Amino acid sequence: METTEISVDIDDSILVERAQAGDYGAFNELVSRHDRKIYRLAKRIVESAEDAEDVLQDTFLKAFEHLDNFQGNSKFYTWLVRIAVNESLMKLRKRKTSRTVSLDEPAGNGEDPVVREIAVWDGDPEQRYSQEELRALLDGAIQELKPSFRTVFLLRDVEELSTEETASALNLSIPAVKSRLLRARLDLRERLTRLFKKKGDDLFAYL
Amino acid sequence: MLTCKDFLREISDYLDDTCDPTLRNDLQSHIKECPNCWVVFDTTKKTVNVYKGTEPQAVPETVQKRILAAIEKRQEAKKQAATGPPK
Repeated sequence: METTEISVDIDDSILVERAQAGDYGAFNELVSRHDRKIYRLAKRIVESAEDAEDVLQDTFLKAFEHLDNFQGNSKFYTWLVRIAVNESLMKLRKRKTSRTVSLDEPAGNGEDPVVREIAVWDGDPEQRYSQEELRALLDGAIQELKPSFRTVFLLRDVEELSTEETASALNLSIPAVKSRLLRARLDLRERLTRLFKKKGDDLFAYL
Repeated sequence: MLTCKDFLREISDYLDDTCDPTLRNDLQSHIKECPNCWVVFDTTKKTVNVYKGTEPQAVPETVQKRILAAIEKRQEAKKQAATGPPK
């Protein structure tokens, strides 16, 4: 099959069909459509740009190798995210031999989530900071979370996978995904509020 | 009556709008009365949105090239496997 010109309006599923039929240009278009987001996801999980580059390459090579197994039951992007998460976690486990990286660890100690910083934000962070500055702040905050929490947050809230898709990608139960998501969101809220709050405008801490 | 602790436990589902209608109404009533919980809810929502809204950085060009070259190599190998070795 000859490589044809690809317009931006073409749906991923059409490109996948073309790639499965041997149109390599279609596969390369899928790579350039999704590489930024996959790179960002990998970088936030593995905490290293260099490792994220390897993850990115391995993810697309795996996707290419296994393209015929992709059934189209999920979105191509969701399938790609699953591969990238597996590759990232493998990388993380390999690197951090001294520190256990497990997604099965209990989500906190069963206590109620705690909120300390209660303050409105000073305007819209997207207006206050450049994209670059904001990205650095957000990346810094998320690195503080345990891998098991930040991975759930990234899949649910950044990559917009459903609870079920996240549970299945990470081999977790649905309640485990929900409880990690709650804690991750509140934890990040806490950290971002410290950065973005209106100075001198704290409400009394409660709970 | 819902307490602030109850509200916090449910805040994630409330944000995703996945609670059952009775609970949602109770949470809604609580947030109207409780400025602290309102702020926590508002800043949690903003936290999720700011992560969702930030554009990903471009992949460095050298990395992009390396990846495309690696894929091309596999594509060539696949082509050859399908058509047999070159004469």
